[in-house]
Amino acid sequence: MTETRIERHHYDVVVIGAGGAGLRAAIEARLAGKKTAIISKSLFGKAHTVMAEGGAAAAMGNVNSRDNWQVHFRDTMRGGKFLNNFRMAELHAKESPQRIWELETYGALFDRTKDGKISQRNFGGHEYPRLAHVGDRTGLELIRTLQQKIVSLQQEDKRDLGDYEARIKIFAETTITELLLDGERVAGAFGYYRESGEFILFEAPAVVLATGGVGRSYKVTSNSWEYTGDGHALALRAGATLINMEFLQFHPTGMVWPVSVKGILVTESVRGDGGVLKNSDGKRFMFDYVPDVFRKQYADNEEEADRWYKDPDNNRRPPELLPRDEVARAINSEVKAGRGTPAGGVYLDIASRLPAEEIRRRLPSMYHQFKELADVDITREPMEVGPTCHYVMGGVEVDPDSGAAFGAVRGLFAAGEVSGGMHGSNRLGGNSLSDLLVFGKRAGGHAASYADQLTSRPKVPVAAVETAVETALAPLQRDTGESPYTLQQDLQAVMGDLVGIIRREGELVDALGRLAELRERVAKVSAAGGRRYNPGWHLALDLRNMLVVSECTAKAALERQESRGGHTREDHPAMDPKWRRVNLVCSLDGDTVRLTHKPLPKMRGELISLFDRAELSKYLTDEELAEFDALAQKES
Amino acid sequence: MGEQKSQAAGKPGAKRQFRIWRGDETGGDLQDYTVEVNEGEVVLDVIHRLQATDAPDLACRWNCKAGKCGSCSMEINGKPRLSCMTRMSTFEETETVTVTPLRTFPVIRDLVTDVSFNYEKARETPAFAPPADVAPGDYRMQQVDVERSQEFRKCIECFLCQNVCHVIRDHEENKQAFSGPRFFIRAAELDMHPLDAKTDRKEYAQAEQGLGFCNITKCCTEVCPEHIKITDNGIIPMKERVVDRRYDPLVWLGSKIFRRGQVPQTFVTSAQQSGAAHSAAAHGGVHSHAGGSHDPRHEAEAQKGVNWHRQVPHPTAAPVDANGRLPLTELTFDRAAAPSPFGDDVTFPLPPEHLNFAHPSQDEPKH
Ligand SMILES: Cc1cc2nc3c(=O)[nH]c(=O)nc-3n(C[C@H](O)[C@H](O)[C@H](O)COP(=O)(O)OP(=O)(O)OC[C@H]3O[C@@H](n4cnc5c(N)ncnc54)[C@H](O)[C@@H]3O)c2cc1C
Ligand code: SF4
Ligand code: SF4
Ligand code: FES
Repeated sequence: MTETRIERHHYDVVVIGAGGAGLRAAIEARLAGKKTAIISKSLFGKAHTVMAEGGAAAAMGNVNSRDNWQVHFRDTMRGGKFLNNFRMAELHAKESPQRIWELETYGALFDRTKDGKISQRNFGGHEYPRLAHVGDRTGLELIRTLQQKIVSLQQEDKRDLGDYEARIKIFAETTITELLLDGERVAGAFGYYRESGEFILFEAPAVVLATGGVGRSYKVTSNSWEYTGDGHALALRAGATLINMEFLQFHPTGMVWPVSVKGILVTESVRGDGGVLKNSDGKRFMFDYVPDVFRKQYADNEEEADRWYKDPDNNRRPPELLPRDEVARAINSEVKAGRGTPAGGVYLDIASRLPAEEIRRRLPSMYHQFKELADVDITREPMEVGPTCHYVMGGVEVDPDSGAAFGAVRGLFAAGEVSGGMHGSNRLGGNSLSDLLVFGKRAGGHAASYADQLTSRPKVPVAAVETAVETALAPLQRDTGESPYTLQQDLQAVMGDLVGIIRREGELVDALGRLAELRERVAKVSAAGGRRYNPGWHLALDLRNMLVVSECTAKAALERQESRGGHTREDHPAMDPKWRRVNLVCSLDGDTVRLTHKPLPKMRGELISLFDRAELSKYLTDEELAEFDALAQKES
Repeated sequence: MGEQKSQAAGKPGAKRQFRIWRGDETGGDLQDYTVEVNEGEVVLDVIHRLQATDAPDLACRWNCKAGKCGSCSMEINGKPRLSCMTRMSTFEETETVTVTPLRTFPVIRDLVTDVSFNYEKARETPAFAPPADVAPGDYRMQQVDVERSQEFRKCIECFLCQNVCHVIRDHEENKQAFSGPRFFIRAAELDMHPLDAKTDRKEYAQAEQGLGFCNITKCCTEVCPEHIKITDNGIIPMKERVVDRRYDPLVWLGSKIFRRGQVPQTFVTSAQQSGAAHSAAAHGGVHSHAGGSHDPRHEAEAQKGVNWHRQVPHPTAAPVDANGRLPLTELTFDRAAAPSPFGDDVTFPLPPEHLNFAHPSQDEPKH
C-alpha cells in the first residue's frame, strides 16, 4: 500500500452521527464513564434534527390529562398500521415524558401552558395534544440543548481532568466510510476529515450508528446532502440486517413553488392550527379521503371539523390531520385527477382561517420561510404544497431494549432514523424526536456496558484499513469515469420515478435493472480535484451507500404485495393481514442484496387488549383474531 | 398566488455573471463564471449548479436550504448572508454577483472557513446550571418569562454576527479575549432563564467574554437572519449596571421590563480587568491593546514594565445622533447617565498596572 498518513484514536464508544440520537447516545456513554467520540459529517449542531419543526411527542398529559402512555402506544401502532415492533413502541410511549423533562434540566425552554408546564400541541395521528414544542423550531431547541449539555460535560471534565476533551470529543466534518471488524466483533471505524481529506481511524469496541436517513436518493426531498444512507450501508457491510426498507414517508406538504425550494417542508402544525387543504376548484377535499379505519376519529363535515379546534372532546378531528401517508395519497390523487395547482401541488390555506397576527405568532418560522424564500405572505395567500420524500421508516434491525444490531455482528448499536421497527410502516409526526431521545439513551447506555464486559479489546485488521484507504482514494485516481453529480441525478430519477410514492410491479422490476446498471457506473465514478474539502469526491464516496440502500428499498417494495403506510402498490391497493405478520429483512451477500421474510414479534396480551376488537379486525388475520377472542374470554 | 409565478417558472433560465473566490489558506482569487439562473432561485442553487457543471470541487457548506441550520453563511456582494436565503431576484439582471468566504475566519477552501473559534467560545461559556431542588418534570415557568430567553435560543449559529463584528473582523489579536455577539446572547439567555441557578452571568460576560469591547454599533443585529435583537435585547441589558438604584429611573424601569421580580445585579469590577478596549471604527482603525485588553498575554507583558510600543485605549466615542448631539431623552437612552469618555467599563482609580504612558508620537511610523 502507498504511504498514507492515518491519524489513530482510541475510544471506548464511537458514536457516528451528531443529531438528536447521536448526541443523546454520547451523553449516556459519557455519563457511564466511557471515553466517547462523536462523529459528524457537518459542523456540530447542523445535523438534520435541527430542521424538525413541529415537536416531540410525549404523553405528559399537560394539556389533556386523559393522555397517557397507553394512548400514545395505541396511536403509534395505529399510525404504523400494526407493523411496528410493539416493544419499541411500548418503550417509546413509556419513556418519552422522562426524556423530555430531562431536557429541561439541560436548559431547554419549551413553550408553556398557563399553569407553567410544558405546552403540548395537536399533530396528525395523535389523539390528544401531545407534542412538546418551541414555536416551530423544536428540532433546533432539541439539538442545541443536547449540544450544550455536552459542552457542560466537557466543562466538568476540564475542571476535573484539565482537558475539555478528556472524555468526550467531537469530530466535526468527518465522514466514516467503513466499519472495521475483528471477526464478528466491531473493532473500529475508518473515515476522512472533510476539511483536509486526511484519513482517520478510530479503534473502539462499540459503535453506535445514528446517521439518520436516506432521502437524498429522491429528487423531491426535504432531506439534506447528509442523508445518503451511510449508516444503513455501513451496517449492511458489517453483517447487520435492515428491516422495513420499503417504507418511506412522503411528507404531504412540501413546498412545490418556487422550483428551487421544491421539497422544503411546511410543518404539519399549519394544519394542526387550522390550515386546510383545497384543490384548484377551491374544494376542501380531504373529507373524500377518510379511510374506514379512521371514520370514528375523523369528522365527515366541515362544521364538526371546525368545531374541533375549540372543543376537541366533543367533536371528531378535521381530516387534514389524518396520518401523513393518507394525506400524501389524497394530494397525489387530486393532482392526478387534474385538480392540482400549476406547479403540481394543492393549496394549503391558513390565511382565510386565522387573523394575520395570530398566524405570525403561532407559526413564526413558517411565516418567515415563505416570506424570505418564496416571497409569499402566508397570512394573505395560500401556500402551494405537495408530497416530498421525508423520512425512512426502515433501518437497522435492532434489539428493542438495547439497540444492538441483529445479524452477524457484535458491538454495533443503532438509534434514531437509521434504526428500523419503531415506526412500523408509517411514522407519526413528532414521534421521531422522542424516538431519538429514548433510543439514543438506550443505545448509548448499552454500548457502554457492552464495552465494559468485553474481556479483550478487538483488534483492527491492517488489511481492512488498507482496503478502506484504496476504496476512498479510487475516485480521485480515476479520470475516465462519470461525474458523481450526473450519477446522483440519474439515481434520483430512477428512485423518484419508479420507486416513488405510488409503485407498480413493472416499474419496480425496471428500477432494479437500472440500479444494476448504475452500480457498474458508480463503481467507475471519478472525482476531479484534490482531497481538501472536495464535495465532488465526498459525493462520489457517498454514492455507493445510496445505491445499496436504494436496492434494498426497490427489492422490498417489489416483494411486498400490498399497500400499507409508506408503501403503496397500485397493483395491490389493499392492506393484507397476512403481510402484516411479515418483516422483510435485507442483508448483504457479497455485494448483492438478499431479502428474507421474518415473522413479526407477537404483541403481549396486556398490550393487544388495549385495542378494541373492531379496530383489530381491520388489521389481523382470522387466526390472530381467534387468539385475541380467547384471551379476552379468559380475562372476563 | 401561484398562477403567474408558476408559469414563469417554466421559462428557461437566463445567464448571469458570478465571481466566486476560489483558493485556500495559501491564497486565491475571484474567478468568473457564467451560469444559468432560473426564476425563484437563490444563490445556493446557483452554487449547486456550478458544482454539477463547471466547478465540481467548489467547496461550500449547506444543509437545510431553508434558513434553519446556519451552515451556508458567506459574503455576497460584500454582505454577510445565508446563501440559501438570498434570492437571485434581489439582484439586477445585469449585476455581477460576487461571492466570497466569511472574512473574519481563516479560509479552508473556497467558500468554507474555519469557524472553530466559535465552538471554542461556546465551550468556554458556562453552561446552564439547573436549580438544585427542582426535580425533572417539576419545572414550572410562565410563557412570558421564557420568551425573552427563547428569542436568543432562535440562534441558528450561522456566525454572521461574529463575522461582521468589527472587534474581531480585522483584529485577529482580539479574538482571544472577545467571545462575540453570539455568545453575549448566550450569556444573556442564561441570565434571563427563569430557573438558572448561576447568578453572575453579567459579571462573567464583562470579565471573561470581553463584553466591554462592544461599543454597540449594532452591526450584529443588522445581519442576524433570525432577526434576534442582539444589541437591544441582549447586549445592552447585560451591560446595564447600577450606579445608584434609588435615583435612577432607568434602572427602576429596567428592572420592571427586563427581569420580573428580580433586582438587577450590581456590577462588580473584576480586579483582572478594567479599561475597555474600544474599537476603533471611529478612530481610523488604531486599536488598543494591553491597557484595555482582557488578553492574558498582553496583561503578562504589561506586568513586566512599561512597554513603549503599547497603544493606549482610545476613549469610546460618544453615542451621538445624526446631528452630532447626545440623545436628549434619558428614558430612551440605554445608559443611566452620559457615557464616560473613558469607556463604560472603566472605573477609577485605575489599577496601577494598567496605568500607561503613551508617547505622543506612538502612532507615527518608526524611524
Ligand atoms: C424538515 C424536517 C422536519 C421534521 N420535523 C419533525 C418533527 O416535527 N417531529 C419529529 O419528531 N421529527 C421530525 N423530522 C424527522 C426528524 O427530524 C429526523 O428523523 C431526526 O432528526 C433524525 O435524527 P437522527 O439523530 O437519527 O439523525 P440526524 O439528526 O439526521 O443526524 C445524522 C447525523 O449523522 C451524521 N452522519 C451521517 N452519515 C455519516 C457518516 N458517514 N460519517 C459520519 N457522520 C455521519 C450526520 O452528519 C449527522 O450528524 C423532520 C425531518 C425533516 C427533514
Ligand atoms: S454591537 Fe457590539 S457585538 Fe455587535 S457588532 Fe457592534 S461591537 Fe460587535
Ligand atoms: S445571533 Fe443571529 S447572526 Fe448570530 S449566529 Fe445566531 S442566528 Fe446567526
Ligand atoms: S443551508 Fe441551512 S441555513 Fe442555509
